Amino acid sequence: MNWLIRTFSSSIGKKQIMAVTGLGFSSFVLIHLLGNLTIYQGREAFLSYVEKLHSLGGLVTLAELGLVVFALLHIGLGLILFVQNLQARPVRYAVKKRAGGRTIGSITAPYTGFLILVFIIVHLLKFRLVDKAATDDFIILSNTFTQVGYVFFYILGVIVVAVHVSHGFWSGFQTIGLNHPKYMPLVQQLGMLFSVLLGAGFASIPLYLFTTL
Amino acid sequence: MTETTLNLKLKVWRQKNPEDKGHFETYQAERISTDMSFLEMLDVVNEKLILDGKEPIAFEHDCREGICGSCGAVVNGLAHGPQKGTTLCQLHMRHFKDGQTLVIEPFRAKAFPVLKDLVVDRSALERIIEAGGYISVNTGSAPEANNLPVPPQNSELSMDAAACIGCGACVAACPNASAMLFVGAKISHLVLLPQGKPEAARRALSLLRKMDELGFGNCSNERECEAVCPKEISISNIARFNREFIKASFGSTEE
Repeated sequence: MNWLIRTFSSSIGKKQIMAVTGLGFSSFVLIHLLGNLTIYQGREAFLSYVEKLHSLGGLVTLAELGLVVFALLHIGLGLILFVQNLQARPVRYAVKKRAGGRTIGSITAPYTGFLILVFIIVHLLKFRLVDKAATDDFIILSNTFTQVGYVFFYILGVIVVAVHVSHGFWSGFQTIGLNHPKYMPLVQQLGMLFSVLLGAGFASIPLYLFTTL
Repeated sequence: MTETTLNLKLKVWRQKNPEDKGHFETYQAERISTDMSFLEMLDVVNEKLILDGKEPIAFEHDCREGICGSCGAVVNGLAHGPQKGTTLCQLHMRHFKDGQTLVIEPFRAKAFPVLKDLVVDRSALERIIEAGGYISVNTGSAPEANNLPVPPQNSELSMDAAACIGCGACVAACPNASAMLFVGAKISHLVLLPQGKPEAARRALSLLRKMDELGFGNCSNERECEAVCPKEISISNIARFNREFIKASFGSTEE
C-alpha cells in the first residue's frame, strides 16, 4: 500500500483529491438546488420533496457521511496546499501584475473556500442540526427568510459559492487531466454557466420567500 | 522605422550575494534607442555604472535571440516584460514610453534562490530533468526510420512542447511558484513520441517527486504560466502530465 500513500501525498495526488471532491460537491449542490426549487410549487410540494428525501433513511445518512469525508479531505488538503504554496515563494514581488490567466475566482479560491466553510456551518446550524419535532422545514425556512439579515447573509453566501465554483469547476477537469481542445472550451463555458445558475438559483429562494411572505 | 530615444527611470533589485538581504536602487536610463532590446538597455546602464566606478547590474544572458532560456527578469510585475510570447532579450524598448518607471526584479521562488542582483539559480530545473526527463537510446547502427510510425499530430504536439527553453518564467509568474508547465512540457515532449513510451511511467513519477522535493508550489490552474511563456506553451501539457500521473500510479507497476 506504500504506492497508494506515495500517490496521494504527491502534489498532483493531493490536487486530484481536491478535484474529485470539488466536482463531487458540484454535483451535490446541483441536486440540492433542484430539490430546493420545489418551493416554487408551494409549501405542499416542498414538504413532500423533503419527506421523500428523508424516507430514503440510511441512504441519506450514507450520503451525508460521504459529504463529511469529502469536506474533511477538501478542506484539509486545501489548507496544506495553500500553506505549501505560500512557502514556495518566501520573498514576494514588489510589483505583481496579472498576465491574463488569473480570474477573480482563481485569485480568491482559498479565501472563498474559507468563507464557504463559515457559511456551511451557519447553514447546518440553522437548517440541519435543529430539532424538527415540533416544526417543519417550511416553517424554519419562512421564519428565517422573513429576517432581512438572513436574506443578505444567504445571498452573499451563495455569491461566494458561485465565485469559488467559477474557478473550481473547469479547474477540477484540468487537474484530473480532462483538458482537450475538443471539449475544454465547453467545460469552461459550462463552469461559468453552472456557477451563475447556481448563484441565481439559490439566491432566488430567500428573495422569493422574503418578498412573498 | 524612425529611431527615437527614451529616458527611463529604473528601479532595479540589487543583491550582492545569496546571503545579502537585497534592496531596490534607482537608476536613470538616458537616451535609450527604441530599437534596442531590453538587455541592450541594461548594457547601456551598466556601462555608465562601470564608468562611475560602481558595480554593474548582474543579469543572465547568452544567445540574445530568444532561444537559449538564459535571460529573464520580472519587469513591472510581468515575467519577461509586457510583450507576449517574447523573452526579455527579444523585448524591444519601443514597447515602453518615454519617462516610464520600470521596476526590475529577479524571478522569485524558493526553488530559485537569488545569486546576485537579477541572477537566480535555476539549476532546480536541471535536477528535475536529471531525475528522468530523458529517453534511453541504445548505441549501434541507426534503426530503419520508417519502423516507428509517428502520427503527424503527435509530432506537432511534441514539437510544441519541446519549444520550452527552460527559462523558468512559468515558475516566476505562477502565484504558487509551481513548475508544472515546465515539467508538463518535458513530459509531453517525450511521451508523445514512440521513443518516449518505454520510460513513460517511471518518468512521470520521478519528475513529479523531484519537483515536489525541490520546494516548488502546487499548480492551482491560475494560467499565468501560459500567459507569460515566451514559447506560449499550453497548459494542456499540464493536463497531459496529470493524465500520465494517473496512468503511472494506477496503470503501471512503478511505485
